[in-house]
Amino acid sequence: MEYITQFIYENITMIYILIFAIFLGMEVISKVPTVLHTPLMSGANAISGVVIIGAIILIRQAEPNDYFILSIGFLGIALATINVVGGFAVTDRMLDMFKKKKK
Amino acid sequence: MENPILDFLYLICIVLFIIGLKNLSHPESAKKGNFLSASGMILAIIITLFYPMEGASNNYLVIIAGVIVGSVIGYLAAKRVKMTAMPELVSLFNGLGGACSMLIAFVEFNNLPEGANLMSGNVLTIIFAMFIGSISFTGSIIAWGKLNGALRDNLVLPAPQFVNGILLLAVIGFSIFIMMQPELNFTWVIILLVLSLVYGVTFVTPIGGGDMPVVISLLNSFTGIAAAIAGLIYGNQVMIVGGIVVGASGTILTILMCNAMNRSLLNVIIGGFGSGGKSAGTDREQVVKEASLGDTAIQLKYSSKVMIVPGYGLAVAQAQHTCHELEKSLEAEGVEVKYAIHPVAGRMPGHMNVLLAEADVSYDKLLELEPANEEFKSTDMVLVIGANDVVNPAAKEDAGSPIYGMPILDVEQAGTVIVLKRSMNPGYAGIENPLFFGEKTKMLFGDAKDSLGKLKNELSNA
Repeated sequence: MEYITQFIYENITMIYILIFAIFLGMEVISKVPTVLHTPLMSGANAISGVVIIGAIILIRQAEPNDYFILSIGFLGIALATINVVGGFAVTDRMLDMFKKKKK
Repeated sequence: MENPILDFLYLICIVLFIIGLKNLSHPESAKKGNFLSASGMILAIIITLFYPMEGASNNYLVIIAGVIVGSVIGYLAAKRVKMTAMPELVSLFNGLGGACSMLIAFVEFNNLPEGANLMSGNVLTIIFAMFIGSISFTGSIIAWGKLNGALRDNLVLPAPQFVNGILLLAVIGFSIFIMMQPELNFTWVIILLVLSLVYGVTFVTPIGGGDMPVVISLLNSFTGIAAAIAGLIYGNQVMIVGGIVVGASGTILTILMCNAMNRSLLNVIIGGFGSGGKSAGTDREQVVKEASLGDTAIQLKYSSKVMIVPGYGLAVAQAQHTCHELEKSLEAEGVEVKYAIHPVAGRMPGHMNVLLAEADVSYDKLLELEPANEEFKSTDMVLVIGANDVVNPAAKEDAGSPIYGMPILDVEQAGTVIVLKRSMNPGYAGIENPLFFGEKTKMLFGDAKDSLGKLKNELSNA
């Protein structure tokens, strides 16, 4: 149990940030018109690809000859990049529907 | 090692994410919001590449190769997908993000120092990241399969709630078991991984195809949470805040989506099916969807063609002038507005023509029954204002109906139908109108004049 309390003690700032971020996230989108539900979901999905940062850190810290980590890391980066790039690109396409048609 | 400038730039990434999400929830600024979030992401990636790290061997080649491969695949997939297949593509993308969290957690298990105590917050974090990442991965793949038809819509495993409960208990029990071991046995980790992956499958499988958008939104918030927990492993603020904000806002969005369908989240997850009831045309689900003023105004604004179907209710409410004003505001936004006049709309022939002429509605905007019916197919939205029997599909479908055989305005051909009505009371003929329960129909209750005025106001805010 003392390991858990020690973990909390060592990461207390992070835990503060985490809790505040929960409240922030709940407030940031309060009123969304139905037509925007899918694009918003898609945009948020692209942001959740932020896990790519973790994959980059993982690879940077790996030994250059540790092929197990490097190959899994490569896969992780590739997958997360698909999530990020594809996510933002597809959201952009969806939002083109809202462009005012020119008369 | 720390670098105050880079740490500050990380904060800017977080701010870009949050402003981006905020902008994404409004049609005017949505494109800008998407751009801001994407800029935040690019900045975060660049910072992470150059953030000083003690003894890091960097392996930039692997990173760059991964980014290039992912960018090409992601970009091509996003550009080539058909408009209708977008939700399932989003689901697939989401699953890949979850898979990345899962892979990171898996490797971090491997990276635990020899002889490390397993009863630690660190191990708990890794287990969480792996579990949630796995659910998001396999769950999204199942949702993707259901949406594109690869999996049967109504595919159900026996006793899904029981199986899910058992699996969840197994995952929790097994996690505790691993943490209590004196040293790490990698076989246990793999078993935990497999259990988590299977849970993702059984979690989504019982949910019906019609509810998939809600499930994707829920899984999207899972991916955010998984990213945030992976961020805890590295103590990385961008991952924590970015992930959690998506997790929390995704949960709110999921609830909003449920509300729009008149369902509760629990009902979607446990209740199973939102897809039935299509077999018989007459067997419609007797649930009325209520439209909100804000939504309706925005939808009107972004339509290219709107058809107004006036009825006796317009006359009663003396709403013809307000109606004309709404029409003018819409035309100022570049929306084409026309009126569909049914021969027996109102209480006398020509009732509507007189009424609208009084309000200075231009005569060439008034369409009679047949030309109107031809135009509904290319119409985005229909506003039914106080009309009932003249748009009642029972006249076509139900041989037992007293108005069977009467020609009607076929409003269901249009994209969306908004019915302005004071209450659910039946019309002049005293019969139920299945249109009101239709899939494309939403009801806007209230006095017609009042509602039209409010719609016009919302239009200038939207």
